[in-house]
Amino acid sequence: MSAFLALLFRNRLAAMGLAVIAVILLLAMATPLLPLHDPDVIATADRFMRPLSEGRLLGTDHLGRDLLSRLLHGTRLSLAVGIAAALIAAVIGSAIGIVAGYFGGRTDNVVMRGVDMLMAFPYILLALAIVAALGPGLMNALIAVAAVNVPFFARNIRGITVGLAGREFIDAARLAGMGHTRIILTELLPNVLPVIVIAMSTTVGWMILETAGLSFLGLGSQPPQADLGSMLGEARSAMISHPHTSIVPGLMIFLIVMSINLLGDGVRDALDPRLRSGALSRPRATTLVRRQGATPPATDDLLAVQDLRTEFQVGKRNYRAVGGVSLAVKPGESLGVIGESGSGKSVTALSVMGLVASPPGAITGGAVRFQGEDLIGAPYEALRQKRGDRVAYVFQDPLATLHPLYRVGQQLTETIRSHRNLSKSEARMRAIQLLNDVRIPNAERRVDDYPHEMSGGMRQRVGIAMALANEPDVIIADEPTTALDVTVQAQILCLLDDLRRERGLAIIFITHDFGVVAQLCDRIAVMYAGRIVEEGPTQAVLGAPAHPYTRRLIACVPELGGGRRELAAIPGLPPVLDDLPPGCAFAPRCTKAEESCRQGEIPLQGPALHAVRCLFPERAP
Amino acid sequence: MPALKVEHLAKTFPLKRPLFGAAPPGAHAVRPMSFQVETGETLGIVGESGCGKSTLARMLVGLLEPTGGTIEIEGKALGSASPAVFGKLIQYVFQDPQSSLNPRRTIRQVMEAPLKRLHGMPKPDRDKRIAEIFASVNLREEFLDRYPHEFSGGQAQRIGIARALAASPRIIVLDEPVSALDVSVQAQVLNLLSDLKARFGLTYLFITHDLAVVEAVSERVAVLYFGAIVEIGRAERIFASPRHPYTSLLAKSAPVVGRSLTAPEQKGSELPDPLNPPPGCAFAGRCRRATELCRAREPELKQMGENQLAACHHPLEH
Ligand SMILES: Nc1ncnc2c1ncn2[C@@H]1O[C@H](COP(=O)(O)OP(=O)(O)OP(=O)(O)O)[C@@H](O)[C@H]1O
Ligand code: SF4
Ligand code: SF4
Ligand SMILES: [Mg+2]
Repeated sequence: MSAFLALLFRNRLAAMGLAVIAVILLLAMATPLLPLHDPDVIATADRFMRPLSEGRLLGTDHLGRDLLSRLLHGTRLSLAVGIAAALIAAVIGSAIGIVAGYFGGRTDNVVMRGVDMLMAFPYILLALAIVAALGPGLMNALIAVAAVNVPFFARNIRGITVGLAGREFIDAARLAGMGHTRIILTELLPNVLPVIVIAMSTTVGWMILETAGLSFLGLGSQPPQADLGSMLGEARSAMISHPHTSIVPGLMIFLIVMSINLLGDGVRDALDPRLRSGALSRPRATTLVRRQGATPPATDDLLAVQDLRTEFQVGKRNYRAVGGVSLAVKPGESLGVIGESGSGKSVTALSVMGLVASPPGAITGGAVRFQGEDLIGAPYEALRQKRGDRVAYVFQDPLATLHPLYRVGQQLTETIRSHRNLSKSEARMRAIQLLNDVRIPNAERRVDDYPHEMSGGMRQRVGIAMALANEPDVIIADEPTTALDVTVQAQILCLLDDLRRERGLAIIFITHDFGVVAQLCDRIAVMYAGRIVEEGPTQAVLGAPAHPYTRRLIACVPELGGGRRELAAIPGLPPVLDDLPPGCAFAPRCTKAEESCRQGEIPLQGPALHAVRCLFPERAP
Repeated sequence: MPALKVEHLAKTFPLKRPLFGAAPPGAHAVRPMSFQVETGETLGIVGESGCGKSTLARMLVGLLEPTGGTIEIEGKALGSASPAVFGKLIQYVFQDPQSSLNPRRTIRQVMEAPLKRLHGMPKPDRDKRIAEIFASVNLREEFLDRYPHEFSGGQAQRIGIARALAASPRIIVLDEPVSALDVSVQAQVLNLLSDLKARFGLTYLFITHDLAVVEAVSERVAVLYFGAIVEIGRAERIFASPRHPYTSLLAKSAPVVGRSLTAPEQKGSELPDPLNPPPGCAFAGRCRRATELCRAREPELKQMGENQLAACHHPLEH
């Protein structure tokens, strides 16, 4: 809550809106207690008194009624009607939306068709029609305004509910014996409530305006009762001769609607989870670089990551996601990076091309060299040129690379043509061939599918096809086959293997599957808590792991052909990255830990071919 | 008496009716299938994505109405009963532990629901029972008043298991219970599951796509392809000496340390279309042994060797 308020007040306009509306609300609530004239007493002798006349702060109207008193009473009424309309619209609309979204199917179809029909009418016409049918009067205006706004809530809330109703916790609730009503009230409602509040805070201002509009037309509050709209309506005839009678209520409407909308926008932004992480600014095109210390000298590798450090600053905490990682690949070589989630594999990969989101991420040290040239801090244009063309990525979640609104064929040809000079039809041929290469059945037809029309496995294959489109020199693949079936995985691994043999493609393959690295990779680097703890040739590392973590991780993983058995788990969890223990990060879970392990920095040592970061390695490497 | 007996269970999803003409026949997600699971047994179910694993599981727990067939639990037929009736006998552990917990309810509220709704337990009994269950899944009681986002994947999955246990079911369906977890945590959860099974005399249906995991935890394994069981047999035998060509393809595709990389399947092979299933064996388009007979007549599950059944006209010999 206090975090929410802090975010809200960082937005100046919202804070201002809050202040203004708070004053207005206070005045409106205090109106009956204030020493005011009776708002409805007519005194024709005193008509059209100017503001600041004696005893009449804001003057009088065409019937000699006190304007200040009418303004405050009118504001009170307008606010009450607007808020009541918003509440009614929110309750009815949300109820419709939740029911339609939860039950889906035919209920959803019928209800939403009706809502669509209501929405097809121009807004104000619909309101007029309702008032015309019910007859003028403030109550009927309220009903009309609420009715007109019901579809807005129904649509919004239905959208949210459909997403929630498909979530597994709803199934779990049904299996726990809950009925539909209970599920809607206790499982769904608490999750949609914030959305309802946001929708209300952004619409209540307009509803006040709409009620005022109806009153202005004489369809809302009836004389002598004052609300802001009817005050404005009555002042219309004297607009030129006595402008203050219209300016006073007009200004109040402006202040109310303005402040509520500013506040509503502020509330919406402050509740937006994307802004929660503290980043109010737009993410930068490349990762922020705050490098300290000297950059390591160039090597003759194709791609070399040298002593890379990447950190995340979230609030007061500093997460050291990558703490000095060095990796390198030569043409045709494939390097496996193995580690559990949170060990820094993905951040290392993303840092290479400056793809780590900034803020909160920043590269704080080291270098990444492609053919000797340092990429860290390189201008955005230079990086963009190399992204996709020289160094391509394949991500675990293919939706990260595919745009939902374009056909996959369009996206592939786009990618091909952005780096190469091909005609549209040639690029399309190439796209179909790429889809065939990654074994998409019926590629000629599938090329015109949208991403959502494909299964997860197929989307992943399209992601790989995108990465291969411009025949890059290096592919960085972040768990590309984790979500795939074994038969498809085998195909993709073979495809990658062929490419590196035939074309000298270098591969950095991030995974947690020992079987996959064993088959595809020449060398393996094992990561734990942001650092490499062991690196060496695949055979050596898997056959004779030197680091206790590597050995025990291998033991955790069941292997096909081993039969039914108890698995050797590693108790405990990996350390939190903002509070790493001094010395060996694995020490709290290591059975061999000694006092010396917890003292200071432990270097990655041993022969260059098989190095290990441990004081008591399993076997001399 | 088997813990679970399924006969001719099938599910066809209706398709959208086109503007003109009759409704199409629908997508056959699960084709009529029969099997049993003995009390205390773990039956592994493997198959590729879209083969109907989750559809089968959801029918078994009553979340999805079958289009045909019967489900019997400990001799009791469950017709079109509601999930609340199923819930006391059979429970479900979901693949994604985070998404299976309501982000706005505390763990205590999550745990109380099945005790209150399914068993009508009064408050003091509930507290006692929750404490017992939490102890058995190695969770601390102070977690009860926290919200789901405060837990790691492994802890959240243990909470999911605890919730399933709270219903005191006889059978638990585990739908990819460890695939969202880290390897080191995966082993912790798998070991916990095997402890719980022994302690409470549970029966498991273990759904996964990871052959090594299924072999490590199951007594028997059923291999699903295109909505039907193509082979079922002892876990230690089925991948070592498969009779069905598809089982063999799966086993050869699994990445194994020390085996060199070979594509076990040619590139041109085609996958069956669920909207327009082929007449004979669904695997024929990918099978090297396929003959005219395979394309004309669908093979039935037949006994092949001890405790092993396969649906194939030309099974592999060993
Ligand atoms: N509501 C639905 N409407 C239409 N078709 C569906 C529906 N749900 C599933 N299907 C189809 O049924 C088939 C089986 O789906 P199911 O979810 O059971 O597969 P699965 O084996 O669990 O796959 P995965 O390993 O990817 O979870 C698929 O062809 C799928 O597209
Ligand atoms: S350095 Fe010490 S604590 Fe760390 S892995 Fe080696 S033996 Fe274990
Ligand atoms: S029935 Fe024929 S096509 Fe089907 S798996 Fe057996 S041999 Fe292959
Ligand atoms: Mg599934």
